[in-house]
Amino acid sequence: MALHEVLLQQLFNGLLIGSFYGLVAIGYSMVYGIIKLLNFAHGDIYMIGAFSGLIFLTIAAPVIGAGWPSLILGLLISMTLVGLLGVVIQRVAYRPMLKAPRLSILITALAVSMILYNTVMIISAGRYRVFPAEVGTESFFIGTLRLTETRIILIVAAFSLMFILHMFITRTMYGKAMRAIALDRDTCQLMGIDVYKIIAITFFVGSALAAAAGIMAGVYYGTIHFFMGFLIGLKAFTAAVIGGIGIIPGAMLGGLLLGLLEAFGTQIPFIGTVWKDVFSFAFLILFLIFKPNGLLGRSESERM
Amino acid sequence: MALLEIKDLTLRFGGLCAVNALSLEIEDGSIRSLIGPNGAGKTCVFNCLTGFYKPSDGEMLFQGQSLVNKKPHYITFLGMARTFQNLRLFKEMTVLENVMSGMHCRTNAAFFTTVLRTKSQKAEEKHIREVSEECLDFVGILDKKNHMARNLPYGDQRRVEWARALATQPKLLLLDEPAAGLNKDEKSKLIELMHRIRDDRKITIFLIEHDMGLVMKVSEKIFVIDYGVKIAEGTAKEVRDNPKVVEAYLGKEEEEESA
Amino acid sequence: MAENKKKPKLTTPLESIIESLFRFFDNKVYRYTALFAASGFLLILPSLSSRFTQEIMTNLFFYVVVCLGLNIIIGYAGLLHLGYAAFFAVGAYTTGIMSSRFGIDFWLTLPFSVVAAVLAGLAIGFPTLRLRGDYLAIVTLGFGEITRLTIRNLDITGGAVGLIGIQRPVFFGITLNQISHFYYMFFILAILAIFVSYRLHDSRMGRAWEYIREDEDAAAAMGINVTTSRLYAFIIGSSFGAVAGSFFAAKMTAISPDSFMFIHSVMFLMAVVLGGMGKIPGVVLGCIIVVLIPEISRDIGQYRLLIFAFMLLIIMLYRPQGIWPDRPTISAKE
Repeated sequence: MALHEVLLQQLFNGLLIGSFYGLVAIGYSMVYGIIKLLNFAHGDIYMIGAFSGLIFLTIAAPVIGAGWPSLILGLLISMTLVGLLGVVIQRVAYRPMLKAPRLSILITALAVSMILYNTVMIISAGRYRVFPAEVGTESFFIGTLRLTETRIILIVAAFSLMFILHMFITRTMYGKAMRAIALDRDTCQLMGIDVYKIIAITFFVGSALAAAAGIMAGVYYGTIHFFMGFLIGLKAFTAAVIGGIGIIPGAMLGGLLLGLLEAFGTQIPFIGTVWKDVFSFAFLILFLIFKPNGLLGRSESERM
Repeated sequence: MALLEIKDLTLRFGGLCAVNALSLEIEDGSIRSLIGPNGAGKTCVFNCLTGFYKPSDGEMLFQGQSLVNKKPHYITFLGMARTFQNLRLFKEMTVLENVMSGMHCRTNAAFFTTVLRTKSQKAEEKHIREVSEECLDFVGILDKKNHMARNLPYGDQRRVEWARALATQPKLLLLDEPAAGLNKDEKSKLIELMHRIRDDRKITIFLIEHDMGLVMKVSEKIFVIDYGVKIAEGTAKEVRDNPKVVEAYLGKEEEEESA
Repeated sequence: MAENKKKPKLTTPLESIIESLFRFFDNKVYRYTALFAASGFLLILPSLSSRFTQEIMTNLFFYVVVCLGLNIIIGYAGLLHLGYAAFFAVGAYTTGIMSSRFGIDFWLTLPFSVVAAVLAGLAIGFPTLRLRGDYLAIVTLGFGEITRLTIRNLDITGGAVGLIGIQRPVFFGITLNQISHFYYMFFILAILAIFVSYRLHDSRMGRAWEYIREDEDAAAAMGINVTTSRLYAFIIGSSFGAVAGSFFAAKMTAISPDSFMFIHSVMFLMAVVLGGMGKIPGVVLGCIIVVLIPEISRDIGQYRLLIFAFMLLIIMLYRPQGIWPDRPTISAKE
């Protein structure tokens, strides 16, 4: 293949992976925006989403098959259930800590993360599990671009979810309340906004989107694993920071950029796949140091 | 030469101008006040002076040395200490430990001397303790040195802040609304304390205050700012009679004096 | 709110027991007698117990050293460090490479190990310590992973297989190769770590960390250089980890990247937080819990981490200051 063909192919791959990152990054960014918590458990929510999709498909396959219709049904059910899980976690673990020191709530989030992935590790016996979706794998070409039906559906679905979220944030009262709470929680309380309810909705939406990304990743990669949330959690956090943490369009943009960066990064001979993750982490660290407010973030006041 | 010289100090946040081309001088051994209506930019001036905000423009000279782009801890080291408008004590520590923090920049024990507990380190610890206790005694709460800071009544917490600032052994003390929340009795003690700080310790005082009565009593010279601009300076009487000041506080139409 | 919870109520029997214990140990004679008795018992333990017990106790001492190092960073300076295993790896691999590749004597590798940890601490700490606290957590986590992956991918570190043939230290003509040798070696290290931690806590430096933890701006206004103080904590804590890593390498004679995973950083963190971060007896208690619980009941096995994670959550929710009791009287005396 000629260079530009490789690049075109990687552009598509990058957008696809990047949209997963984006979906997970949104959850990080929303939660950080509203309660300033770096939710370490968010990557594990994504993993739980993938496993709940797997459980649904395993149950549903004998009845309605494991094709697109049952996948979509499974996606919606998992999104709801995992969204509720997010709300429960928020209620049990984070809400009592809202006024505690930052260090304490960070450690709490870490504990939640450990609980989630160790539970799944025990249940899944720590093995890779095949994701039992039966969807088209035959590829076809547009020009020289090799595509599959599945990939196209996945990318469309991911972008649709982002679009719906964008509408939700910008067009509804809930979205407005979310942004208001991010600015000043105490004042919102005085203004009669049910702050805790809005925080719960934020967790629901963020977790549901992560679950959707988890199922899509299951379809895309074919196997899932209890530790799959760790790496994507870190990368999605990177994506959220790139876009400017707390800014939702920023998270989407950051996810896509990071996906593209990685896709093209693997093409650089020196980096290759061996150093791919080192490359991502180094990028994260450098980004945090030199542009901690992200691409869309406004710089903080001139405080030194 | 003045102890502190501010020339054309300007601080902008986005489009908003919090401090606008402010110039003033503080002479050694004086007590000076900065007054102005709410939101006039008084605390911003202090934050610039102490390195918490980075001024957009202008120059600040302390004993002839520029304070621009200096970090807060270094400015304290140079000899300028401050108190905060809302108390910022180390609440979960004892009163004595709070005051000992001020001695940090005047001492220098590091890792090895600390671990080996050398003679000089022991002497230094003793010195820190003695100076801190002396400062507590000076403000009159030595008997409460082992209390948790958060358990003290408000007035005493204020005194801990002063003692802590004095422990940094400053040449200039910046007090941000020192009388806020104090009752009449405590206020008169505060005035006496400020005079003692200046006369016994030879420390220059620059304060922000809302209580006009206190400001008029204590300071030889007053600067008035409004919307970040200096509108008047002079003695208590000069300032009180300045129409611009009256206007800033009371609005343009009203001419009558309020106490 | 938090304020109310901390208000002392000297009513429950537990609190009065704790108070009388504290009173008891206020007496210097009693305190030192108890300490000597405990040390004496630990000194003769190897001659009384099996290899297995010695192995566990050695591991406990090792944990105490590492976790007290981490405690300086988390407990004293209040910085959440999630890549501590990396510093431990830096020490272990410095000794490992120098010893197995170049045949350099173990004791000579120690200073290099500390220097390497200080350099790594500076490299990661200097640019990041001015960031927000939660960003630091992610940066250290990323740094931990970079270190592990780099070790895995390089030739000099032996790749995924790791290093073998690290020489045993020789101490006054005796080659340290028995478990009891290492028991005593780590025992001495643990005592040293406790000693250094105590001295640091009650000092100008220790107080500076506490001021910064309580109120960063006020600390800066009092003339404390926040960045430098934090950097000190970072470097000192990292050096503890590196020294422990060097001794770990010498004990194992073979090391591989699997000993320095994220999960190890988390185990260290748990030990620090469970007992009570910032408190030396608390950290030691945390180490005892983390090391001994899986040994007491072998069946726990795979549930070990899950149980610790739940404990961690419950501790954070109901007793953020850890299991080690606070003295109930401090604020009640007035």
